[in-house]
Amino acid sequence: MTLIEIDALSVTFRANGRDVRAVQDVSFAVAEGESFGLVGESGSGKSTILRAICGMAPVSAGTIRIGGQPLPTPRSPDFARQVQMVFQDPYASLHPRHTIDRTLSEPLAIHGIPGADDRVIRALQDVGLPTSFRFRYPHQLSGGQRQRVAIARALMLEPKILLLDEPTSALDASVQAEVLNLLNRLRAERGLTFLMVSHDLAVIDHMTDRILVMKDGRAVEGLSREDLAQGRMTTDYARSLLAASADRMLQEPAVRPA
Amino acid sequence: MTLLDVQNLRVTFDTETGPVEAVRGVSFSLGRERLGIVGESGSGKTMTGRAVLRLIRPPGRIEADRMSFEGQDLMQASETEMRALRGKRIGMVMQDPKYSLNPVMTVGDQLTEGLRRRDGLGRRDAEAKALAALEAVQIRDPSRVMDAYPHELSGGMGQRVMIAMMLIPEPDLLIADEPTSALDVTVQAEVLSILDNLVRDRGMGLIFISHDLRLVARFCDRVLVMYKGKVVEELQADHLLDAQHPYTRGLLNCLPRIGGPRGPLPTLDRTGAWAE
Repeated sequence: MTLIEIDALSVTFRANGRDVRAVQDVSFAVAEGESFGLVGESGSGKSTILRAICGMAPVSAGTIRIGGQPLPTPRSPDFARQVQMVFQDPYASLHPRHTIDRTLSEPLAIHGIPGADDRVIRALQDVGLPTSFRFRYPHQLSGGQRQRVAIARALMLEPKILLLDEPTSALDASVQAEVLNLLNRLRAERGLTFLMVSHDLAVIDHMTDRILVMKDGRAVEGLSREDLAQGRMTTDYARSLLAASADRMLQEPAVRPA
Repeated sequence: MTLLDVQNLRVTFDTETGPVEAVRGVSFSLGRERLGIVGESGSGKTMTGRAVLRLIRPPGRIEADRMSFEGQDLMQASETEMRALRGKRIGMVMQDPKYSLNPVMTVGDQLTEGLRRRDGLGRRDAEAKALAALEAVQIRDPSRVMDAYPHELSGGMGQRVMIAMMLIPEPDLLIADEPTSALDVTVQAEVLSILDNLVRDRGMGLIFISHDLRLVARFCDRVLVMYKGKVVEELQADHLLDAQHPYTRGLLNCLPRIGGPRGPLPTLDRTGAWAE
C-alpha cells in the first residue's frame, strides 16, 4: 500500500523579490514499510522535499498525501504522530538548555500521553543509551549519542514514517555504522517507513530499496538497488555521482589521479 | 629530500582535571609528497597539523624531540621567525570556509592583503596575482568573486578561495585540514584534482588531514592512521586494503559499500590493547 505520495511537487522561495525554485515538478511514491532514498548534491532540493512534507517549506504546486489523505496546512497534531524527522546535525537539533529527559518527554506532554517516566526510560534503552543519560544535557554527549537522542525523540510518538535528513553525515565513520545499524534495527522491529536523504551513495544504498537522484530541484532518475549495484543508470548525471562516490575509491585504486 | 621532520611530538592541554594529551608521541617525516593523516574526531590529527605551525594556544603545550622544517628548528624558532614561515613557507587550509574567511572583508581584499603587506605589491599587481590564483583553482568568474563577501559564496567556492589564498605565497608545504569535507562529492573531486595538480606542478609537500579513509587512500602517497593521539599504523596508500592494524581494518570495514550486503555493518571493537 502506498503510504507517501508526492505528486508534481514544486517549492518556490521568494528571496529579494526573486523566485528561487528549490523543487520543480517532483513525483514519487513510497510504499508502507519501504525505505526510499533521495540523493543529490547540496541545493538539489532533496532536504526541501522533507521540509515540505512537514509543512516547513512553501509548496507552490502539487500535492503531498500520507496514507491517501492530503495534508492540512498547518499540519495537525495527528500528523506529528504519523511522521517525524531526524535532522542532520545533532549539535544543532537538540535544545542545549534542555535535559535529555525534557527533550524526550516534551512530545508526550504536547500530545497528552501519560506515563512519560516509563516511556523515556524505554526510549533510551531502545536506542542503546544508558538510562543514566536521562538527566544529562546535550553538551555532555558525543555526536553519536546526540543523534541517538534525536532518533529516540522522533520515535516518542510512535510514528509510522521517519524522515531522515542526512542522519549520519556529521558523524565519524565508525559511529555512522552504529547509527545506521540502529536505524535498520528499529525499522525492522517497528515496521517503519523511511524516507532518507543523503549525498553519500554508499549510505543510501545500504539503507534504502529505491532511490531518486535529484539535481537542481528536479528528479533526474529513479533507480532500484540492483540498478545501482550493477551501475545501470541511464543519465550521465547519475553516472557521474557514482563515479565521484568515495566508495569507488577503494574498489578501484587504479582511478587515482596522479 | 626531507621537508619536514617531526620526532616524538606531544601536545598537552592542562585542564582542571589534570593534563590531557591530545597528541602522544607522533613521529613522521615528509618529502615533496602527499602524506595523509586519518583518524576519527579526537584522534589528534588536527592538533598534529596545527602543532607543526605552532598554532596551539595556551593552555596547550607543544613538546617534541625534534621538529624541523628544511633544517630550521621549529621548536627553537622565535615568534617572529614562525610568522615568517606561516603562510609564506608553510600554508594551511582550514576545514570550514564559513568560519575561516573574514566575513566583513571582500574576497579580493582578503586575497590581496598578504601580497600588499608582506610582499609590498601595489594594488594593481596584487589584484592581478589574486585573479590568477582564483583562476588556478578553477573559479569561473574570478572578477565577480573578488568583489563578493564570503557569505555570498557557496561552500565549494569558499573552500577554493581559501586554497587560492594559501597558494598565492607559493608555500613549500601545505597542510590541508579536511579541505573537502564540507563539499559535495563532485565538487570534492574537483578540489582534490586542483590540489593534486599543484603538488605536482610546484613540487609542494602536502599534509592531508581527513576522517575519510577512502578519500585519503585515493589521494595520498602515504597514510598515517591516528587513534587517541598516537599513530597506530603507517601505510602506502595503495596498500591500504592490506592494512594489518585492527583499528585501520575496523575503520575500513564499518563503511557501507554500494551493492554490499544488507546485514548490520561491523562496528569498531575498541577493546584491544592498542586502544589504550
